[in-house]
Amino acid sequence: MYGNDFAASGGELLDQVADAERELRAAADRSVRGGSDEETYFTELVAADQKIEPRDWMPDGYRKTLIRQIAQHAHSEIIGMQPEANWLTRAPTLKRKAILLAKVQDEAGHGLYLYAAAETLGVSRDTLYDLLLAGRQKYSSIFNYPTLSWADVGAIGWLVDGAAIVNQVPLCRCSYGPYARAMIRICKEESFHQRQGYEILYTLAHGTPGQKEMAQDAVDRWWYPSLAMFGPPDTDSTHSAQSMAWKIKRFSNDDLRQRFVDMCAQQATVLGLTIPDPDLRWNPDRGAYDYTAPDYAELMEVIRGNGPCNRARMANRRAAHEDGAWVREAAAAYAAKHAAPAAPTAEAVHA
Amino acid sequence: MSGFEFVLGLGDDALVAAQRLAQWCARAPELEEDVALANIALDQLGAARLLLGYAGELEGEGRDEDALAYLRTDREYRNVLLVELPDRDFAVLMAKLLFLSAWQRLRYEDLAAGDDERLAGIAAKAVKESAYHLDHSALWTVRLGDGTDESHARMQRAVDEVWPYTHELLAEAPHLRANWLSTVDGVLAEATLRRPDDGWRPGGGRDGRHTEALSYLLAEMQVLHRAYPGARW
Amino acid sequence: MPEWPLWEVFVRPRRGLSHTHVGSLHAPDAALALRNARDLFTRRQEGVSIWVVPAAAITASSPDEKDSFFDPAADKVYRHPTFYEVPDGVQHL
Repeated sequence: MYGNDFAASGGELLDQVADAERELRAAADRSVRGGSDEETYFTELVAADQKIEPRDWMPDGYRKTLIRQIAQHAHSEIIGMQPEANWLTRAPTLKRKAILLAKVQDEAGHGLYLYAAAETLGVSRDTLYDLLLAGRQKYSSIFNYPTLSWADVGAIGWLVDGAAIVNQVPLCRCSYGPYARAMIRICKEESFHQRQGYEILYTLAHGTPGQKEMAQDAVDRWWYPSLAMFGPPDTDSTHSAQSMAWKIKRFSNDDLRQRFVDMCAQQATVLGLTIPDPDLRWNPDRGAYDYTAPDYAELMEVIRGNGPCNRARMANRRAAHEDGAWVREAAAAYAAKHAAPAAPTAEAVHA
Repeated sequence: MSGFEFVLGLGDDALVAAQRLAQWCARAPELEEDVALANIALDQLGAARLLLGYAGELEGEGRDEDALAYLRTDREYRNVLLVELPDRDFAVLMAKLLFLSAWQRLRYEDLAAGDDERLAGIAAKAVKESAYHLDHSALWTVRLGDGTDESHARMQRAVDEVWPYTHELLAEAPHLRANWLSTVDGVLAEATLRRPDDGWRPGGGRDGRHTEALSYLLAEMQVLHRAYPGARW
Repeated sequence: MPEWPLWEVFVRPRRGLSHTHVGSLHAPDAALALRNARDLFTRRQEGVSIWVVPAAAITASSPDEKDSFFDPAADKVYRHPTFYEVPDGVQHL
């Protein structure tokens, strides 16, 4: 079913995730012949769609690729809290405030699931923080764009979360067990994120002329950066081939980008908003929409640290970490002073 | 039946507390704490919505939760001053939450057993949440108070700063005072913190006389809603 | 400063089911680990009971030992009820 198309809204998304979870269990039931050596065994496991687990032997490159990718994903969740948290205190109704708060909280939770998955590969969360704060590990460039209006919260939900879902659902089938399991949990929880964004935009687009203008402006600003979320075009992508062989990555950047465009084109019509691409049109020969590629030079510039908000996002993250140091130290000091007795009683454990 | 102003006061306490907590989002000392603070903020916000909705019904002039939250000035807000105080650091946040949740738990417990069925229903839900907020803030007060020299000093300073504002809470339900004090005293003692002397007793929140901080808090909260009068969101 | 230790979290999803490993988190001590676990892993009513265990307290079998640990069980088919022939006509067996 890997080759099938999928739209990523609501129920269909959950079906995809459920399929991935079923396959995970089914693959676990297939026996794999213990290979003559570690490397053969690893290759056989991956070939049989079984999961690699933390203590299994794995090639160094596989481990490094996973650490880099999972850490980048975790960092994206954490930095990604900022553009939306920017509107938490100004959300226009109490209901919207509650929804947004729950969503940003989910992102913190998803960052935690992902850091934990990375830690199973033998790297500590502190090390990953340090790499992020030193600028040596990246996060998704999309979060270096500012949220200038409330409609941006809607556009992030619809476009950014929509693109993230298209990227993430295939990761539920990743060959590394802890990552696949974290992604299954994350995708299930995120099913409401895209819908709430779409609902915000729909309401604005059908509101006052000022609100509709706000919504269109947001879509105009977020469309191309969202397309860029799928990474450089396949011809320039450096990591793809090996990652596909290891079943870390399942589809090429351009395939996923196309899927996203096809999804959005129809959804924009229902919204009554215009995707800012005069060349966007259905191509019956390809069975897909033709579209204008994002400005990859801009993407590279943002990755290099020169997007509108790179510095502010990192400064905020660094400030939170540094301002919290005395709290973390206090808790550690308290724990050391009051270290619990060595073994709890069986009664306590089974209570 | 309860009075509009009374229910409004409870709702405003919860709403302003939620707004302050939401300001911590993405800047807590550790990610796990970000998740915890968001939970507490969501609880307070949920209680605020129920209380403000009920207050609007009691008033009977067609104001819903959003009209009450977004279209009143600071002089019309009825929250106690404690919840609007800015959180200079994590210690101030925890001191405020400790005193507030210890009080909210007792207050909601009382109301859950009261004659007003609507309010009793809201309070019965909120009392469980307050118990958790109290647990969380007590754990942190103890760890900061009995942690490092720096955290002890910060926590003591926070308790000293916030303490005077607790008098306003207790003044309106004196029968809960002994119980509240015993809860708070227990936490402070375990945290190796000194309970401040009683002296200055700032108040006026229930009458709409607030600190300078509230107007800023509301300006931020209401800016978008007020910029598009009558819009649906 | 060393970071807070890692804890493994087990949740009993519903009454009658076993606690299942759901993930891990960092916390300075057991009391906060339990609260953090509650806040992180039961946001959507996923559980009725939680265990937290210091990750350092877990001793795991090694993949290198998988042959000696787990293969010997493979030929003990008589441990499974399907190994036995049941005569026709017998009931409740």
